[in-house]
Amino acid sequence: MAEAKETLIAGSSEPKSRKLHPLVELTMTRVREFLREKEAVFWVFVFPVLMTFALGIAFRNTAPDKTLVAIEAEAGATNTGEVANILSQSPDVTATVLSPEEATQALRSGKVSIVVKPQRDSFEYRYDPTRPESRTARLLVDDVLQRGKGRTDVAKVGEEKVSEPGARYVDFLVPGLIGMNLMGSGLWGLGFTVVIARSRKILKRFAATPMKRSHYLLSFMLSRLVFLVLEVAAVIVFAAVAFGFTVRGSWLSLTLVTVLGGFTFSGIGLLVAARPTTIEGVSGLMNFIMLPMWLLSGTFFSSERFPQVLQPFIQMLPLTALNNVLRALMNEGSSLASNWVPIAILLFWFVVSFIVALKIFKWQ
Amino acid sequence: MRCAGLVKRFTDVTAVNGLDLEVFAGECFGLLGPNGAGKTTTVEILEGLTPANEGTVELLGQRWTSGDDRALRERIGVQLQETQLAEKVTVEETVRLFRSFYQRGHNVDEVIRTVGLEEKRNSRVGKLSGGQKQRLAVACALVSDPELLFLDEPTTGLDPQARLSLWDIVEKFREGGGTILLTTHYMEEATRLCDRVAIMDHGKVIALGTPAELIESLGADQVIEFSVTNPLTEEDLTNLPAVTNLHKRGDVYALTVSEIGIALPALLAEIKQQQSEIVTLTTHQATLEDVFVSLTGRMLRDG
Repeated sequence: MAEAKETLIAGSSEPKSRKLHPLVELTMTRVREFLREKEAVFWVFVFPVLMTFALGIAFRNTAPDKTLVAIEAEAGATNTGEVANILSQSPDVTATVLSPEEATQALRSGKVSIVVKPQRDSFEYRYDPTRPESRTARLLVDDVLQRGKGRTDVAKVGEEKVSEPGARYVDFLVPGLIGMNLMGSGLWGLGFTVVIARSRKILKRFAATPMKRSHYLLSFMLSRLVFLVLEVAAVIVFAAVAFGFTVRGSWLSLTLVTVLGGFTFSGIGLLVAARPTTIEGVSGLMNFIMLPMWLLSGTFFSSERFPQVLQPFIQMLPLTALNNVLRALMNEGSSLASNWVPIAILLFWFVVSFIVALKIFKWQ
Repeated sequence: MRCAGLVKRFTDVTAVNGLDLEVFAGECFGLLGPNGAGKTTTVEILEGLTPANEGTVELLGQRWTSGDDRALRERIGVQLQETQLAEKVTVEETVRLFRSFYQRGHNVDEVIRTVGLEEKRNSRVGKLSGGQKQRLAVACALVSDPELLFLDEPTTGLDPQARLSLWDIVEKFREGGGTILLTTHYMEEATRLCDRVAIMDHGKVIALGTPAELIESLGADQVIEFSVTNPLTEEDLTNLPAVTNLHKRGDVYALTVSEIGIALPALLAEIKQQQSEIVTLTTHQATLEDVFVSLTGRMLRDG
């Protein structure tokens, strides 16, 4: 106590007090700035959860809808009742008797998938073969009517119905949302913070201190690490509670890949923020980089759907690589080793973007 | 600290055009000049933030980019004109962050007390007034207990009260033996704080000395500013007794005079004789502003 008092009176320098470490202080500043920015907290934590909820509900797997059929009843037709009777036997079909005009209108507007027009001793199907549900309806209705007319099946078939967790849309969606979220928070989080600090001349002010420049950049990585764990956990926990989502692969592998993904996009964020001096400048650059990946990298639907010529390009995108590994780990439970290609792609982006960013980074 | 033959060219202008300066240990040295005179560029070259196209800089016996810039940065404190510190962070957190960059320096609490922000220590930077923000910027410069302190227009845009409290901080630092390089376009500030002043214009030093020497160099101790209904000729005025210099800006004449007691009655008689009438007339003690006007024909604040 007496000693403490003495140093206080002695004044100027303070060799005895706790040594502040620049990396710790810089990281703490990052964390504080983030937590005190309400909008940022919303976009990083709340938005992905809301998104999972909305999309999970919209595309949830329900019992297949009944096929809607119109029976065209021409004035004086006699066998309309018989057709209606046969179709009503099937649990998969809902049939309505409509006038020709009504039937045409219903088909055009998609209220029914097919129109059945009973003739004297035949049926006429009217449908749009480019619509998948109409093609299905054509097969189903024909099957029901033929059987009703006395056709018998020649081969016996057995059925096993599969719709277990891991194969549903929400299972496809969650890893994609996590990937997209890692990209967004990496790019926005770094890009904006760095450019704002540059435009407010804070970077220049730091450059006038003996601060190690690597400490400054590293503090972004560390603070990202803190939030990364939280933002990924928020989405997984929510999906588990709301949709019974399960992670099949090892948690350790998942953590490693998430961290790698977070660092990769932090590196790209740093690269994007290396030069621009205005928010407008960096926003444009970020959209230019993120937009193709939002579309192409298989967040909401599989990237395999794009033409073959685009595939080499699409597969090289960091978000495609990250989504692929996350899906493989979470949905299929595969190992890191079997995913070495996308992991190598992520590492490549991380190393290259970080090195280039450090080279061209402007402090004022 | 000394620099010689500094030149800094930007694509469209030459901001610093052959500048020599020497600042002695323990003095407060002022760079006085209008906006755009090259003060900030000069300071940033001296701080090692901007490389000069030509010339040499030596600080505390060391040169920039000689391999040990970090050791040199440990010994200087810097306040930049345009820095706006992060708004979401508190006063204490900001000072603590800056303290962490230095091997040695002051206690965080102590620096906050020195700049008089104890009551605001837990306030966020965004909530501070202009004067408080500026004192915080100075706190960040002082936290390393620097030997040499750079202040770039520390009081620009502040109200008189805030300016006074900042002056106190600067004077305290100087009393503690520190060296200061300060830029300003306020002559009162230079007169009050600085031991020596260099007046800068168009990237060059146009006058150098103590404030008293510079004012004396006018050969006058009073300035009469006046305007009249009928214009007077320059000859009539410069021929008046005790008048050493004349400047005309718009309708206003400025006469620098060595003895007001002789010059003023003579001027009044002259005005009467020319059948003109006085519109305005003021007299004041000669200042650094008058030095600048007599050297350039412009006012400091004209830019």
